[in-house]
Amino acid sequence: MSFELPKLAYAYNALEPYIDAMTMEIHHTKHHAAYTNNLNNAIKDSENENKSIEEILKNISKYPMVVRNNGGGYYNHNVFWEIMSPNGGGEPKGDLLQAILKDFGSFEKFKESFNNAAATRFGSGWAWLVNQNGKLVISSTPNQDNPLMDVAEIKGTPILAIDVWEHAYYLKYQNRRPEYINAFWNVIDWNLVAKRFV
Amino acid sequence: MIFELPNLPYASDALEPMISKKTLEFHHDKHHAAYVTNLNNLVKGSKFEEADLETIIKYADGGIFNNGAQVWNHTFYFEQFGKDKIHMLKNGAFSDAVYRDFGSLDIFKDKFSNASKTLFGSGWTWLVKKPDGTLDIVQTSNAANPMRDGLKPILTCDVWEHAYYIDYQNKRADYIENFWKIIDWAVIAKRY
Repeated sequence: MSFELPKLAYAYNALEPYIDAMTMEIHHTKHHAAYTNNLNNAIKDSENENKSIEEILKNISKYPMVVRNNGGGYYNHNVFWEIMSPNGGGEPKGDLLQAILKDFGSFEKFKESFNNAAATRFGSGWAWLVNQNGKLVISSTPNQDNPLMDVAEIKGTPILAIDVWEHAYYLKYQNRRPEYINAFWNVIDWNLVAKRFV
Repeated sequence: MIFELPNLPYASDALEPMISKKTLEFHHDKHHAAYVTNLNNLVKGSKFEEADLETIIKYADGGIFNNGAQVWNHTFYFEQFGKDKIHMLKNGAFSDAVYRDFGSLDIFKDKFSNASKTLFGSGWTWLVKKPDGTLDIVQTSNAANPMRDGLKPILTCDVWEHAYYIDYQNKRADYIENFWKIIDWAVIAKRY
């Protein structure tokens, strides 16, 4: 089995004006595609070919860096595309909202804390909302690491992700990462995030 | 001490088309400037308030290190270019060292390019002079600087995406290929 670059559920221009079409297209067809290809090449003809990406990531400390970097890059972008849509924005409902209120006090406080994690990640990386058996926490990871990895400081299942590699926002926002982070809230589809919160 | 943003040693369009005016303006006027501002704010009231950049690079951690090293790294990066001043590498102590330690200038360039292409994430590639006088190539992540390890930087390539994304997007290899066309070898030889 080899991993496949997923198709997006929306057009490249669907997240305009928050994320521009050119950024989306390069991000998906070049960056994400390269991680996918590099991952497949790295595990070709080995026992890992039949493992799920989650299985690989959970034991990533036993793999070479090329698998960590590209396996993370493959998985992280899958999550990122999955939780965005042109119907995004607003606030979550139901169990997810209750969990956020319980663990952060208010949606605004959660948002502030997530924004801070995304803005202060130095260099390339990601910020996450992580489910730890029903408890929600925020974390950030360098490069293509993620909370599924056994090397992560804060472990759990990521249910929301923002890519803060410069390639995620540089064509439209250049050095203004906080503007990109603010815009991101308009494309988070909370119904899709809720599906990951199980 | 109060750190100041040095001016670019050339006009912002001087490196076109290898590095665009737009890239240089963001890189210098926004990124480099922000590191200077952040550093000045962070050292205030800290034990590094009177320290110079080299001391910060050797001993600081966290935000002071990140911003201090990035101030130094960018100044060092911008100073080594000059499209109209490109000299072939002249015979001398530096070229002797390149041939001695790498075999030829082309072999060195290949190895340095490869190190720049394969650095994962944000960071810098360096040609350094080791304490024994020999040359080596090292990669550092994010703000890290080889002086911390007692190595003397001679040449650097910034591979943070902000250094090339407007001009080259995901094609980092093209940026690195063009990087060689604007290197002022007289500056590099003098550093050695």
